[in-house]
Amino acid sequence: MKSKFIPLILIFIFSITFVIFFKGLKNSNIYTPNTNLKKEVPSFELKSFENNSIIISEKIFKDNKYYLMNIWASWCVPCKEEHKFLMKLKKDERIELIGFNYKDNFKNASSFLKDLGNPYNIIVSDKDGTASIEWGAYGVPESFLVHQNKIIKRFIGPINNKDLLEIEKIIR
Amino acid sequence: MKFINIFLIISIILNFNLLKADEIKTENKIAKNLRCLICQGQSVYDSDSEFAISLKLVIKNKIQQGLSEEQIYSFLKMKYGEWILYDPVFNRNTYFLWLLPILIFLAGGAIIIKRFYNKK
Repeated sequence: MKSKFIPLILIFIFSITFVIFFKGLKNSNIYTPNTNLKKEVPSFELKSFENNSIIISEKIFKDNKYYLMNIWASWCVPCKEEHKFLMKLKKDERIELIGFNYKDNFKNASSFLKDLGNPYNIIVSDKDGTASIEWGAYGVPESFLVHQNKIIKRFIGPINNKDLLEIEKIIR
Repeated sequence: MKFINIFLIISIILNFNLLKADEIKTENKIAKNLRCLICQGQSVYDSDSEFAISLKLVIKNKIQQGLSEEQIYSFLKMKYGEWILYDPVFNRNTYFLWLLPILIFLAGGAIIIKRFYNKK
């Protein structure tokens, strides 16, 4: 009786282990962050990009509008790629673009905007990148769609045509 | 009097240094337990990416604001999800992960004890 019982237990344990590992193999091991968020906008107090006046988040996201908070830098190559889509989005009156100038210097960032155009309604400067961490950002470029003081969608990496259509669909 | 003043100043500086050393120790400990989300197989402590540099600064600021280690972890968990922590938290999804080694250890111990008494 005992000799029959032990192999059965062993087979049971092995089959369970096999199933767990087999299922684990099929899972993607690439980390994909959650892009559909329903989080409150983190409050911040940052210096304006143009002058050194302080801008607080409550003043920016006060209306019942859609806002696209875009983290960008002049040294970031993918930011140049997405810029033309931001310029397209600028024409839409239902949305306001807020620029988060990430770890950049004023001279380079100004000439970036001079060359490619300025799509932003307001630009704040995140000199040390800590404000972006408060937003849960990974780096540049990254964008957050905000409505009624809540982050409703997040775009990691440069915005492309597909994202643009998605934004237009949401704000319609 | 002058001697006492000098002594006081030196002792304040020494104490301040000790306090600072403690802060840096906690800062490093936290950074070592955080996964750099944009790097491959590196902790925030090891990485020199822009993300890690900013995150280290945030940790430093939070410590100076008086937040405890646990509060900083839960803040970052809220922002980036549990994946940022190297040490998974004990919850519904990780019961199996945490309890399995203990169960295996107990089962192994039971087998050894049983064999030992059977031999006797």
